[in-house]
Amino acid sequence: MDLFHNLALGFGVAVTPINLVYAFVGCILGTLIGVLPGIGPVATIAMLLPATYALPPVSALIMLAGIYYGAQYGGSTTAILVNLPGESSSVVTTIDGYQMARKGRAGPALAAAGLGSFFAGCVGTLILAAFAPPLTELAFKFGPAEYFSLMVLGLIGAVVLASGSLLKAIAMIVLGLLLGLVGTDVNSGVARFSFDIPELTDGIGFVVVAMGVFGYGEIISNLSVDPEDREVFTAKVQGLFPTKDDFKLMLPAVMRGTALGSVLGVLPGGGALLAAFAAYTLEKKTKLRPGEVPFGQGNIRGVAAPESANNAGAQTSFIPLLTLGIPPNAVMALMVGAMTIHNIQPGPQVMTSNPELFWGLIASMWIGNLMLVILNLPLIGMWIKLLSVPYRYLFPAIVLFCAIGVYSTNNNTFDVWMVALFGFIGYLFVKLGCEPAPLLLGFILGPMMEENLRRALLLSRGDWSVLVTRPLSGGLLAASLLLLVIVLLPAVKSKREEAFVEE
Amino acid sequence: MNIKSQKDFFSGVMFMIVGGAFGWGSYSSYSVGTGARMGPGYFPLLLGVLLAVLGVAVLLTSILAREEQADHEIGSFAWRPLFFILLANLSFGVCLGGLPAIGIQPLGLIIGIFALTIISSYADMHEFSFKGNLILALILSVGSYLAFIVLLQLQIPVWPTFITG
Repeated sequence: MDLFHNLALGFGVAVTPINLVYAFVGCILGTLIGVLPGIGPVATIAMLLPATYALPPVSALIMLAGIYYGAQYGGSTTAILVNLPGESSSVVTTIDGYQMARKGRAGPALAAAGLGSFFAGCVGTLILAAFAPPLTELAFKFGPAEYFSLMVLGLIGAVVLASGSLLKAIAMIVLGLLLGLVGTDVNSGVARFSFDIPELTDGIGFVVVAMGVFGYGEIISNLSVDPEDREVFTAKVQGLFPTKDDFKLMLPAVMRGTALGSVLGVLPGGGALLAAFAAYTLEKKTKLRPGEVPFGQGNIRGVAAPESANNAGAQTSFIPLLTLGIPPNAVMALMVGAMTIHNIQPGPQVMTSNPELFWGLIASMWIGNLMLVILNLPLIGMWIKLLSVPYRYLFPAIVLFCAIGVYSTNNNTFDVWMVALFGFIGYLFVKLGCEPAPLLLGFILGPMMEENLRRALLLSRGDWSVLVTRPLSGGLLAASLLLLVIVLLPAVKSKREEAFVEE
Repeated sequence: MNIKSQKDFFSGVMFMIVGGAFGWGSYSSYSVGTGARMGPGYFPLLLGVLLAVLGVAVLLTSILAREEQADHEIGSFAWRPLFFILLANLSFGVCLGGLPAIGIQPLGLIIGIFALTIISSYADMHEFSFKGNLILALILSVGSYLAFIVLLQLQIPVWPTFITG
């Protein structure tokens, strides 16, 4: 069997003491930056890139990969504990994870995220090893029209996440798309909506929007109510680990999340992020068991599924990088940079010209996942203790971490002024009952959508019908229309409102 | 005409204004182009118009709804937390970067942390302890110094420039 031979080769490379140490350092650093809101893996990898010049190429890539999925684990921790998505892909985890924490079930939520991620990571690694070549064929079939339609589907899926009115959720997506367009237009070089402020020509940072709208907006609205009815953790902490019932609910959710994540992760353009949203949407469509907590109020499936999906997606997003040389996201783009520093040209030839690097990296991913579970499960107790800190001491600390995180992404005070503005906007959203999660997704996808629409219409000479006449693209658009209709159907609509209204 | 949901009414107004502003801005300042040759204004104009239309729809539902929704009022703004949280954030930025325009030198991370902690603690309308917050600022200073400066080696000025030069 080729697969086993290859994996054996990979483990032979990865399980050398020196590479184990680099994987471990990467995981710890990744967890750390994931937990500290604001400092994302992109910034960290960028900072550490020069430090890897001196390392052998395999060790350098193993460490950088460790940072990447370590950050995925760490990001979900803050999402659950303080409602701050440390990573764009853990935005969904905040919805049910934070509610679980408020009800004293932060322990099971963290364990579900950790175990789900580990399972997904194992499967993702196997898939990466087995299906890398055939899966890239699928990615080849995706032209700009398909990408555009896929993003439309992703955005419509995100609408189901909002608890309020559908119209408002769609409007928030569009608002997010518009905010994402601020900055230099890649095609013409024109700085759009920058008001002649040099910092704005680079666009508004994701960190700035996330910290302002989620972090500051939430803190301000929390402080405005009496301490007695504050939305913080009043309930007693019950148990650190999921109960037997929890496991029964988690298991199928983890399976579904993993499957979705593995498939969507292959697609360039924020696969892990789309996977998390799609997995949550799918869980919400399945029927609740009798006695199960509704979604949006702390359902363990709402944590397990997206977390497995984003980890599986993070794993399989290496496929386009390793086989096609196409970076699917910013972190992967930096990995391409790291490879070229070491004189390795990313692309199909890596598998044949540097087999020990290709399979060593894949094997080290599994080892890294194992390390992360071992590292994170004992830490759960420590994270829980954090919740017993009174809110009046917790909130200045959160404000501080947001401010430092925002400042350090660009070493620029301009971002600190911007986050204040978005803090105000975030509070305004709370007051107007507008959900910020769809806005954030739109914000990330805005530039990508414009680029793909532009390419699609350029190829079709301005003919919009290309979006529906190409079978894959048309199918994706039909699926989004179907999704919209399903949500609008009277029966589902009342169910959806019911699920969110009852407290 | 009476408004059934204040929240929806003003959300609609907000979407209309923002969408209109984006649409008008992209139409007047950038070349729009055609579908096959999109200018920088094409996509934002499209989205701006869409947002304004959605805003009108949200506004209409707030007026045409049959009954009043529960929890539809916006209520009063919490100016105090809003003011102090944002002020804390801004003063932290001033401490890190200084304000060259009016000749304020950067004061560094440590002073910034104390300023941020003390100012933001005024945002809490119900509980307040100056001593407790001083201790918190001290803990956060030591922790941030170790995590961000020693471990992650972020390029942040730690001490005031008039000391370090």
